[in-house]
Amino acid sequence: MADDGKIIEIEVLRYRPEQDKEPFFQSYQVPFTDDMSVLQGLQYIKDQLDGTLSFRWSCRMAICGSCGAMANGIPKLGCKTFLRDYYPRKLRVEPLAHFPIERDLVVGVEDFIGKLERIKPYIVPKESRTLAQGEYLQTPAQLERFLQFSSCINCMLCYAACPQYGLDPQFIGPGVLALLHRYNADSRDGARAQRMELVNAEEGVWSCTAVGYCSEVCPKGVDPANAVNQNKTASAMDYFLRFVLPKGASR
Amino acid sequence: MQIFKADIAIVGAGGAGMRAAIAAAEADPSLTVALISKVYPMRSHTVAAEGGAAAVTQAHDSLLHHFDDTVTGGDWLCEQDVVDYFVAHCAEEMVQLDHWGCPWSRKDDGHANVRAFGGMKIERTWFAADKTGFHMLHTLFQTSIKYPSIKRFDEHFCSDLIVEDGRCQGVLAIGIGTGEFTLIQAKAVVIATGGAGRVFRQNTNGGIVTGDGMALAYRHGVPLRDMEFVQYHPTCLPGTGLLMTEACRGEGGIMVNKDGYRYLQDYGLGPPDPWPRKKAMELGPRDRLSQAFWHEEQKGRTIATPQGQVVHLDLRQLGEKKLHERLPQICEMAEEFLGVDPVHAPIPVRPAVHYTMGGILADIKTASPLPGLYSAGECSSVGIHGANRLGSNSLSELCVFGKVAGSEAAKFARSVSITSPTALQKQAEAARTRALSLVTRSGTERIAVLRNEMAVSMERGCGIYRLGKDLQATCDKLDELKARYRNVNVEDKSSVWNTEWLLAIELGYLLDVAQAMAYSALNRKESRGSHQRLDGFEQRDDVNYLRHTLAHYAADGPPRIDYGAVAITRSQPGTRAYGAAGEKAEQERESEGADNG
Repeated sequence: MADDGKIIEIEVLRYRPEQDKEPFFQSYQVPFTDDMSVLQGLQYIKDQLDGTLSFRWSCRMAICGSCGAMANGIPKLGCKTFLRDYYPRKLRVEPLAHFPIERDLVVGVEDFIGKLERIKPYIVPKESRTLAQGEYLQTPAQLERFLQFSSCINCMLCYAACPQYGLDPQFIGPGVLALLHRYNADSRDGARAQRMELVNAEEGVWSCTAVGYCSEVCPKGVDPANAVNQNKTASAMDYFLRFVLPKGASR
Repeated sequence: MQIFKADIAIVGAGGAGMRAAIAAAEADPSLTVALISKVYPMRSHTVAAEGGAAAVTQAHDSLLHHFDDTVTGGDWLCEQDVVDYFVAHCAEEMVQLDHWGCPWSRKDDGHANVRAFGGMKIERTWFAADKTGFHMLHTLFQTSIKYPSIKRFDEHFCSDLIVEDGRCQGVLAIGIGTGEFTLIQAKAVVIATGGAGRVFRQNTNGGIVTGDGMALAYRHGVPLRDMEFVQYHPTCLPGTGLLMTEACRGEGGIMVNKDGYRYLQDYGLGPPDPWPRKKAMELGPRDRLSQAFWHEEQKGRTIATPQGQVVHLDLRQLGEKKLHERLPQICEMAEEFLGVDPVHAPIPVRPAVHYTMGGILADIKTASPLPGLYSAGECSSVGIHGANRLGSNSLSELCVFGKVAGSEAAKFARSVSITSPTALQKQAEAARTRALSLVTRSGTERIAVLRNEMAVSMERGCGIYRLGKDLQATCDKLDELKARYRNVNVEDKSSVWNTEWLLAIELGYLLDVAQAMAYSALNRKESRGSHQRLDGFEQRDDVNYLRHTLAHYAADGPPRIDYGAVAITRSQPGTRAYGAAGEKAEQERESEGADNG
């Protein structure tokens, strides 16, 4: 890597529960080149300056979803956010907002995972099919209906962006609602009715106040706000049809 | 220390571990399956696989073709009975993934589509755009939630296997968030921890790909097989090593040198048709393409960039619509990491370490020589890749052999019991003390320094082409680094999220795996597949080396190397050729086969 001789100040939120009463900022001087990501900046700190800094990372290519953090207050994936875009100002890196800090940049993920597990994120077959019968037929148009919502990498940037999740952690939240919609919209699936109970509930789509910041920060173009909106329509229809149909609308 | 009583413990929750867990849960729901992963499952490196998964699908294709492509692609170092089993079970696994929700790319009639891949005679690679591994992993993870018998230990780091009474009976895991140890008792253990690309500097792998399971099995006396065979993927971004999938070429991308010349025609891969001819030019196997790059660099026909020498991967002729439909992630990555839009400009690429062909010795049932221990996926050497893996065989392997491992482990677990829980606890305590000693003592060697010296030395000795003297220097260097490792320093003395401690343990794994690779390479005095020597051993030598290398761990010295037989059933070693020469060689093999009845 070429040495451009530039040095950026990175201020990182530190918190080690065994020794720190409360979080504080620690500042590091990091030499960088124009192709270096924020993640590479953190790796430089860990390898060369301070082995005690903890953060998650793995793939470096924006697909594993590990390295989300707040960069100057905005939720970002560290691996595809570049130091050159902050220089010559300093960069402040903090753990994702709205999640409990476990240590330094590491936040607790249990709430998110618990929500993901609750929505039946798997195919409940509409029609059973044996392996010998081959794959379900699904046209490109049917695939298109849910493909975008299946691209969520679970990085949770949308939760850090969502003001409603910040106020009320009961809210299922954008990423998991997008995933729920992904299964409801899949032509192979038949469990829409069961999932709609969650959609309709207090902590379902109606908690969303339509700010849309979730879609803005999504690094993969999933557009969770769109999924939530489609489900508001579906939920309203559900509510209405409940009065006119003997068994409700969720078929 | 906490104790968890499982029937089966699976270490690693990527594609292979997940598939094994589901298979075990389906085989017998009364068995408790502990699934241990140092990251949340969807972070596992399967997530980064792009191009697709092979399975014979079209009417004009056959299992024999897939077998033949795989065995010739592996330069005849494959276990042919295992390859037979593999090719026969790929398609049902792809269908199974479909039933579980994998968003396979489709043809207009609703059937799953297939694309061409390197070294494959016929299009048979199932794909989900260019995020196939991502979709497979998320499908498997989300599906696994259905099974109550799967008990996940997310963000638990496996620090040792518990071997008692000649049998693997559990694992010791560190809860990363607490630093607390858990002994997970199990009647059978499956290792599915992936590869070890991080022993090299420029690689396509995630930071977590550190050979953990390989090193653990190895330390407990299980040989690592064929570790000298390390795959360099020919099209990676310079500097970072990030992967530009082979599907780029499967869809019709071409590779040119600094003169705009399709240089692969100079390396026995021609003729350079304007359309993608199977098993030729850009659709040749990865070892040959990476070797061609090396020669181009020697000839001064590559392009200099601040991140090193490159050639160009040119996708412009695919057009914007097809590029965005078939290769959306490639477009995104080229734009974000290089500022290149593949619709309008070629992508600079070079080879980088991608895949570990070798691994934990496993038989056709995925069993290791240590009773109770199984392995599946990249960490395993079940024997299908030989000396060079074909692209899209490994994603299928995860499923085919992940399933075998899960059901075999279930069968074994039902046949045995834990005889002495106290003996296991005693062992676990000793292993805990060993792991903690890295933190309690103080040293002077910096982790990153040792890791970097290892990676640089591995790249020099175990590169695309190898020389005995460089290999010897790498072996010597690794011996030195292992000695210095005893004095490694962990500044962080805390328990909660002490990632520096885990990096130190991982460095120990990496060094052991690197040694197995380097010594295996030094001892193989021939050229085969991805192992190419330039010091008098340029030819394949079937008389002396049509054998698997077995590296055995030695606590106080370099590994002991010996050899094992290769299972050859119906494909006798012949000329491995591609392009026009390959078609001729294939016809000759077929006519010989016909002559032999």
